[in-house]
Amino acid sequence: MRYLPKSPADREAILKAIGARSIDDLFAPIPAEYRLNRDLKVPRQMAESEIVDWFRERSRENGDGYATFLGAGAYYHYRPVIIDSLISRGEFLTAYTPYQAEISQGTLQSIFEFQSMICELTGMEVANASMYDGSTAAAEAVMMAVRLTGRRSVVVARSLHPEYREVLATYAFHQGMPVTTTGFTDNGRVDLKELERSVDQNTACVLIQSPNFFGTIEDVAAVAEIAQKKGAMLVVSVAEAVSLGLVEPPRPADIIAMEAQSFGVPLGFGGPYCGVIATREKYVRQMPGRLVGQTTDRNGKRGFVLTLATREQHIRREKATSNICTNQALVALMANVFMTIYGKVGLRELAKQNLAKAAYAAQQFGKHAKVLFSGTPRFNEFVVQTSEDPYAINSRLLGHKIVGGLPLKKFYPELGNAALWCCTEMSTRTIIDTAVGLVAESERSVKSAKEADVEEVAR
Amino acid sequence: MSYPTDFKYTKEHEWIKASGNTATIGITNYAQESLGDIVFVDLPKVGAEMTAGKTFGSVESVKAVSDLYAPATGTVSEVNGELATAPEKVNKDAHGSWMVKITLKNPAELNGLLSAADYEKFVAEEGGH
Amino acid sequence: MKAVTRKATRHVNQNEGLIFEKSSAGKAAWKLPPLDVPEVDTQKLLGASERKDLGNMPEVSEIEIIRHFTRLSTWNYAIDLGMYPLGSCTMKYNPRVNEVVSRLEGLANGHPYQPERVSQGALRIIKTLSECLIEITGMDAITLQPAAGAHGELTGLLLVRAYHQSKGHPRKKILIPDSAHGTNPATAATVGYAVENLKSDARGMVDVAALAAQMNEDVAALMLTNPNTLGVFEQDIAKIADLMHAKGGLLYMDGANMNALVGKVRPGDFGVDLMHLNLHKTFSTPHGGGGPGSGPVAVKKMLEPFLPKPVLITKPDGTLGFEYDRPQSVGRVRAFYGNFGMFIRALAYTLANGPDGLRQTTEDAVLNANYIRKGLEGVYDLPYSTPSMHEVVFSDKLQVKKGVHTMDIAKRLIDYGFHPYTTAFPLIVPGALMIEPTESESKEEMDLFIEAMRSIAQEVEEDPEMVLAAPHTTRVSRLDEVAAARKPVLRWKPS
Repeated sequence: MRYLPKSPADREAILKAIGARSIDDLFAPIPAEYRLNRDLKVPRQMAESEIVDWFRERSRENGDGYATFLGAGAYYHYRPVIIDSLISRGEFLTAYTPYQAEISQGTLQSIFEFQSMICELTGMEVANASMYDGSTAAAEAVMMAVRLTGRRSVVVARSLHPEYREVLATYAFHQGMPVTTTGFTDNGRVDLKELERSVDQNTACVLIQSPNFFGTIEDVAAVAEIAQKKGAMLVVSVAEAVSLGLVEPPRPADIIAMEAQSFGVPLGFGGPYCGVIATREKYVRQMPGRLVGQTTDRNGKRGFVLTLATREQHIRREKATSNICTNQALVALMANVFMTIYGKVGLRELAKQNLAKAAYAAQQFGKHAKVLFSGTPRFNEFVVQTSEDPYAINSRLLGHKIVGGLPLKKFYPELGNAALWCCTEMSTRTIIDTAVGLVAESERSVKSAKEADVEEVAR
Repeated sequence: MSYPTDFKYTKEHEWIKASGNTATIGITNYAQESLGDIVFVDLPKVGAEMTAGKTFGSVESVKAVSDLYAPATGTVSEVNGELATAPEKVNKDAHGSWMVKITLKNPAELNGLLSAADYEKFVAEEGGH
Repeated sequence: MKAVTRKATRHVNQNEGLIFEKSSAGKAAWKLPPLDVPEVDTQKLLGASERKDLGNMPEVSEIEIIRHFTRLSTWNYAIDLGMYPLGSCTMKYNPRVNEVVSRLEGLANGHPYQPERVSQGALRIIKTLSECLIEITGMDAITLQPAAGAHGELTGLLLVRAYHQSKGHPRKKILIPDSAHGTNPATAATVGYAVENLKSDARGMVDVAALAAQMNEDVAALMLTNPNTLGVFEQDIAKIADLMHAKGGLLYMDGANMNALVGKVRPGDFGVDLMHLNLHKTFSTPHGGGGPGSGPVAVKKMLEPFLPKPVLITKPDGTLGFEYDRPQSVGRVRAFYGNFGMFIRALAYTLANGPDGLRQTTEDAVLNANYIRKGLEGVYDLPYSTPSMHEVVFSDKLQVKKGVHTMDIAKRLIDYGFHPYTTAFPLIVPGALMIEPTESESKEEMDLFIEAMRSIAQEVEEDPEMVLAAPHTTRVSRLDEVAAARKPVLRWKPS
């Protein structure tokens, strides 16, 4: 087998050196009744060309070449090519966790840069070296607030990504943390009156998302005021990282739980992605996940090390701040390179293009159907309400190799035939116009069907 | 190392010095030596209750965490704020670096603790293992 | 020091600064195409929410970025350069075809919410990998949702709790051997279970008598690693499983050491009820400097109803889809479906091996560990004489007499061109040297490693200071971790 660097002669020589007659001797510790004496029923060994062919078929079966209007926590942005050129270097790709600092300075310094840039973008004082994803980062941030305040209950916005809320529910249930959900108003934002009633002396934190699941930018300052005056912390989830280029970060937050997938991490059918927690320096010892710190070596040379390890599982064991071990180093490196490429000016320009595309699309859709929450600032996502079921509309869009907005009925049934549409710098005007045209056609045919009914009655 | 005779000691390597109803608590030189460079000391807030034998905080080195066990029962009246910014003081002078002061609930509790001589003997045996 | 064969690239001496130190206004590495929709007035659209300034974000050109990261990369050790003898990490070759197929556009650009009709490719990958992993583990069902091993453990314990809850009594405790990886007790605590330690016996295995004494109706499960962290196969596994099952408890297996078992034995066959796998260990997905990983959890039939949702199903028309209507599910442990990019890689690895390749891989892994054990026996103390599977644990007992500890020997190993083995773990062996070569090491490479370790042992006798002051050949040496922990500097700030 071509990954195994041993010849039959090598194996013979090793067995002899060990003093074993055959390899079976080495598996003798396994009780005989369990030892497999048959082949595993997995596909036969394939040549490399066969493997590539097999996956190429799968790629063809997966909407290869389709345009997309999906967002909802995973965003289609252009990935500059040098991201893969750099992260594919064996010294990054095949390196281990940087526990041995002397021979991991490449990984450690790049993580330090990542932490620094996340701080710049989020307005926070310290950031970690990544969590599994935005959903688990949010759950871990909530648990951090629980530890810091000593309180147990959580208030979460319904305008937070539904799957993030599901993840929080799973984590919270087992830690005995009651979770209350606060709704949103007609302007698409958290209902501040309802929030005021929900927060009390037992509330550890309020968790919101901004821009929220509908793409609407929350009034973070108002939410912070309500939470913090009652001694609760504010945790803000940021799912569309590119928004940080043009939208003020939630500076009043105590903890920000981010998803950095938009920064150069492929959509990849849902993972791996790149969660991050950023917070104030005074909370750092309660922050989960790896941290890289700057220091000097014995010759006074600057270097970097994993630090504050005593928060982590390999030392604290059951008293750890979290059970997390692996982080997302390679995808964090992708995000790092992306942020470096776009930088101070590029990230803003990129965000502007996203804003412009979405604004154009929303305006066009608005001529034919209803665009919700229009009075409130939004970033690159918006909700369109149609007469026809969005699933039917999307079905026709697929015929044009377009994936339409996410139907929201299963998450927000009260919004009826609503769908969440996202436009990024990758959305072309042609595709937007085609999609709008199909929605317009749908609205016309539903209307004319209705008018036909009216005619019937009048006769 | 000679251990101050006006202190009492526990087997978890804390020292306690009582004067009337107040007592001062810290960790012994043996403890700081075993821990290595101390990077962080986690202490309770003023007003917190301490129960003899239960943990009341922890001391961290780079690679390990050690719990602090209360030598006596009482309420925390003062916390040494210096240790928040200079935990290395405990390494430099463990017996001179107090961690917390408490109002003792039952001063007689201290009678059950080790004297300096007993503690020295205990440490010598531990070291020999 | 004797003349030593260098294998790894000597660390480059350039003092590459932080990217912020190269930044200056006006440099750019990006260019966007012209806008094909009308320009917008950002102030009008965003009002007070508009961000005016991105602070100290860098501005650099493309070649500076290429050079910056290329130089940084040369400071790293990596599998591509040489062996990582790290115990229980399974640092095997990361095949490059895995990288190529994961970048095929239909897969790389697939949105998790795209309609099932255009997701059959991804779903088929999930199905095929699931079937392979079920067959390899000898279990009945699987979830690929967890993002890493620890996440898999969390999911596993959620399943344990849900199972017991359905029987009317969630139980209170989890038994964990004292040799276990730190994620095990940390996870148990996250799920609200109390942790009870289980002692190892003189052979380094689970003390069955202790288990019998500690097992009762308050214990929900035993979290076992098999082979354990000493690299030793739990020979009493049948008794252990029986003891757990007799009192209604579950046997959870931490699959970190599956590299000793694939194709030779199946955990489902020896009584395991549920287990997690580490795709970034056994199944060759790259470590990438610390992640991403993937931690699927495989279960026996009775636990299937509790699996995280959604689960993959085959619809009546033969197409694949996700089922969300799962009333007994523990819920979600993350958004979307799991680290799909890692599924592709793990499946490519499985297809590249086939049944014969998988078996040969396991045999070579065990062969290699035993070769190293033989080569270092007598030179380093072997605390347990029990046979090793895919990893071997020595201790620094013989070297401590000269004041040299496992960490020092590990640092000296760097000078010989190797990455250190795992130091100071498992906790039951004071001063441990935990070595797992994996099947990816040739005889030549292992001979170099054995020679290096023997040479260091000799240095300890003749010139201990050489070892104590190691490493001597790296860019930085003995970084001050104490200062880093006392006064953490966790971000760059302009001076």
